Amino acid sequence: MSMNQNLCEEYDIVVVGAGHAGCEASLAAARLGLKTIMFTVSVDSIALMPCNPNIGGTSKGHLVREIDALGGEMGKNIDKTFIQSKMLNLSKGPAVHSLRAQADKREYTTEMRKVLENTENLVIRQAEVSELLVEEGKITGVKTFSGAHYKAKAVVLCTGTYLKARCIYGDVSNYTGPNGLQAANYLTDSLKSLGIEMYRFKTGTPARVDKRSIDFSKMEEQKGDEKVIPFSFSTDPATVQKEQVSCWLTYTNNETHEIIKNNIDRSPLYSGMIEGTGPRYCPSIEDKVMKFADKERHQVFIEPEGLYTNEMYLGGMSSSLPEDVQYAMYRTVPGLENVQIVRNAYAIEYDCINPRQLNPTLEFKAISGLFSGGQFNGSSGYEEAAAQGLIAGINAALKVKGEEQIIIDRSQGYIGVLIDDLVTKENHEPYRMMTSRSEYRLILRQDNADLRLSEIGHKVGLVSDETYEKVERKRRLIDEEIERLTAITVGASKEIAEFLEKNNSTSLKTGSNLAELIRRPELSYEIVSELDPDRRELPEDVIEQININIKYDGYIKRQLHQVEQFRKLEEKKLDVDFDYNNVSGLRREAIQKLNMYKPMSIGQASRISGVSPADISVLLVYLKQNK
Amino acid sequence: MADTIAAIATALGNSGISIIRISGDDAFSIIEKMFIPKNESFSVRNVKSHTIHYGVINENEKVIDEVLVSFMKAPNTYTTEDIVEINCHGGIIVTKKILDLCIKNGARPAKPGEYTERAFLNGRIDLSQAEAVIEVINAKNKNALNTAVCQLRGNISERIKDLREKILYNIAFIESVLDDPEHLSFDGYEERLRNDMNVVREEIHTLVSNAENGRMITEGIRTVILGKPNAGKSSFLNALMGEERAIVTDIEGTTRDTLEETINLAGISLNIVDTAGIRETEDIIEKIGIEKAISASETADLIIYIVDGSKPIDNNDKIILNMIKDRKSIILINKIDLDVDNNKVKAEIQSEMEKAIILDISAKEFIGLDKFTEVIKDMFFKGDINYNDEVYITSLRQKANLEKALHSIEMVINAIDDGMPEDFYSIDLSVAYEELGFIIGESVEDDLVDKIFREFCTGK
Repeated sequence: MSMNQNLCEEYDIVVVGAGHAGCEASLAAARLGLKTIMFTVSVDSIALMPCNPNIGGTSKGHLVREIDALGGEMGKNIDKTFIQSKMLNLSKGPAVHSLRAQADKREYTTEMRKVLENTENLVIRQAEVSELLVEEGKITGVKTFSGAHYKAKAVVLCTGTYLKARCIYGDVSNYTGPNGLQAANYLTDSLKSLGIEMYRFKTGTPARVDKRSIDFSKMEEQKGDEKVIPFSFSTDPATVQKEQVSCWLTYTNNETHEIIKNNIDRSPLYSGMIEGTGPRYCPSIEDKVMKFADKERHQVFIEPEGLYTNEMYLGGMSSSLPEDVQYAMYRTVPGLENVQIVRNAYAIEYDCINPRQLNPTLEFKAISGLFSGGQFNGSSGYEEAAAQGLIAGINAALKVKGEEQIIIDRSQGYIGVLIDDLVTKENHEPYRMMTSRSEYRLILRQDNADLRLSEIGHKVGLVSDETYEKVERKRRLIDEEIERLTAITVGASKEIAEFLEKNNSTSLKTGSNLAELIRRPELSYEIVSELDPDRRELPEDVIEQININIKYDGYIKRQLHQVEQFRKLEEKKLDVDFDYNNVSGLRREAIQKLNMYKPMSIGQASRISGVSPADISVLLVYLKQNK
Repeated sequence: MADTIAAIATALGNSGISIIRISGDDAFSIIEKMFIPKNESFSVRNVKSHTIHYGVINENEKVIDEVLVSFMKAPNTYTTEDIVEINCHGGIIVTKKILDLCIKNGARPAKPGEYTERAFLNGRIDLSQAEAVIEVINAKNKNALNTAVCQLRGNISERIKDLREKILYNIAFIESVLDDPEHLSFDGYEERLRNDMNVVREEIHTLVSNAENGRMITEGIRTVILGKPNAGKSSFLNALMGEERAIVTDIEGTTRDTLEETINLAGISLNIVDTAGIRETEDIIEKIGIEKAISASETADLIIYIVDGSKPIDNNDKIILNMIKDRKSIILINKIDLDVDNNKVKAEIQSEMEKAIILDISAKEFIGLDKFTEVIKDMFFKGDINYNDEVYITSLRQKANLEKALHSIEMVINAIDDGMPEDFYSIDLSVAYEELGFIIGESVEDDLVDKIFREFCTGK
């Protein structure tokens, strides 16, 4: 009996990659009842955090909350494993409050791995996927480097920074993935042979140093919040009040900048050795020094990598300068005079796709059943990756089940903005989420992600009935209470006058109501309680919503109106197989762009650069004509 | 569902009656605010559809015009929306005033081809007309874009660009701080922004009053004077302006380098384009080339071609004649005071351009100007030459854009005064940025993110 037959197995869904995108995609697919296999080049690198040791931050915190509301895992996992937590931007409006937590990196991967290993329908497999199998425009499975064949009805690619990865510092370069892990060198060619257009992007990470070699007395201590707010709506706040570790702040100086300038010719970025496009929002220290020459100093955040280790992350000083220059420049920074490097800073180059080849469902336009998420799609960041992985996983599962796939639109969540930007807008650097990218951010707050998205998560099947009912109860409480407050009239009585004076608020000239009073900047739901003896006890998160909804009512209503306008165009669907050469009256540039992007709606078409309002009018007329 | 739009439905100026049309959900409530019916028992609320009513249009207790107003209720109307049509006594000023009033009361100036587009989208026009609609949209959009930018006087588009730049810088700064609170801060920013916004508000305010005085854009019959060197272009212009019937309007305030003169001939405004070129050099064709003459005359409503009658026609003349032969034009044979026989010249012109209107003049001796005025009057009342309606409606849109921008800047200042968090500022700043962009034909770009990275060192 011959044994040279290659292994052949059959699954519903194959997920390639076990980073933040791969984990969410695998969990979503398996939880939705699909037989799922997840491939990784190293099982020990599941949910690895190869760069910064934190989850969340401005706008990224929003993404984590949204992932949670849809039934994803990231929020729950960081709640279990954080070692410091902070709500950023608290002095600013509620729309830009953002949660960020320092993770214990090892705990984070361990906990995620436990979840994956204990999920029904999910198989974890260490192997390098080297080839996609496609028949008649439909994905049928994958092959691994060893020759094994895995049949599947859908495949989700979440290869992160591993495709043809190369790590570089100075003139040293290694063909490895992050942290020296094995790169995936074959899949790119398979993708190219399927006609998929690839980009080459670059990103970087700073050095990790030994805590014992740092003089913290020369730095400012950065503590966590006294009262920790969990990421996940399902985490009991009481369980996250624990002892936290500190981060530390120090600064570069003129001496640092001189060393960089004197050695800039030895930077692979400037010598031309790196060809990939790097992100502007995450510049290396040499970029910052060269581009902002008038800045006297740059901040350096010293962040612990975890409780298990002495390694510290030098936030703000990523670099690809040679080893000796790294040592020299780090040692000019106050507190780092004797610093001992554990791992060098490096830049990493990798292959990713032009994401305009995807539908907003994250399925490839040209290959049915092939989905992708994460850095493979040209984004950057753990949270961006997880968000896409979740959507790609959900949609792969829905596709296999024969159900309608989901699209989160720009008015529903940052996830929608992220994906729409990726699949619609020209972008030549790793894409990072930013609050400024969201045009409806007043209603897309991190505090109301559950109210916005639980319904979708529930409908899909990732959010339990119980959780969903809880959210709906919350919504009812908010609505009822605002209605009640609006109905309680207050007049120019002596009691009211005294109350207003006591709270430095102007006196009432005409009759008003409690909601009107709450709207005043100096007052709040809590403060007016003495005028409102009959109010019932409400949970904190409900009170928060009441305050926000009343206080910013005018702005919120305006954005809701804009959303209404936006929806009208989103609802006008376009056929993705349509040939725009058939529409007379479109300008040539518009035809070319529309044929390239194949937008799913008039709304999406209107966001493509090169498509003018006149072209949209023409399209509307055409659509109507052919109804 | 859609907002309410208004526009002048008849050609401006050359008819005894002008019609202003309002379409949309608020059409009736808008007319209610400005129409005083003769019949006191009349009420807009109870009006029967497709009826016409007599009364006056009133603004601040002042009667603007006696009018007939037709009321047509959805869906049996051109756009299938509620439509009101105001029939007024023609006259450019009155017509514009009534349209302005509609806008003030909540209508939006219609976009090019918008009535037709609405009619189509609402299923009023049948399918075979779809292609025609597309052409209207395309042609009008092209035209509107042209007019939007080229009708702006002098340095106005530069000033708007500067304002946008200032606003964008502030948006980018705010967004950078929001995205990167650990590297950047708002310390002292409120005062800086307030100062910046006070300046911006003043500037936009000036622009709005310019727009109100018609100084933002050029109106009138866009007229180009062409002719070879020494044909007598500038003496003709001087003669026109020196004539006692001609009123010279020197437009100040908006320009340092006036390129245009508006001349009022028998009540008709001629807006003479590129006078600087005529005045500075006698040889516009030689110096700036035939191409420039072509492009100047492309946007013109009327072309005046001056020929030196004492010299034979040459090749350059023929090129120009060919170029303008299908355009509304008047050929002036100058220098009849020299008493040279110009019949051969006339015959040659006629052979190049069959339907040419040819007049004898002497710019130097002021001969033939009466006849010229007569011809202009005649062409205008026959409707051969026209004010460009699109220009006026464009200017209304631009004014609406300016007013919205002004309002948004005021909202920003209010937000600062009310102690709103900084992230609220950028909401209205963005609206102002966008509205100003519409005026100079620059749509919303993706340039915010670029600006953030260019100006501010952010990121981990």
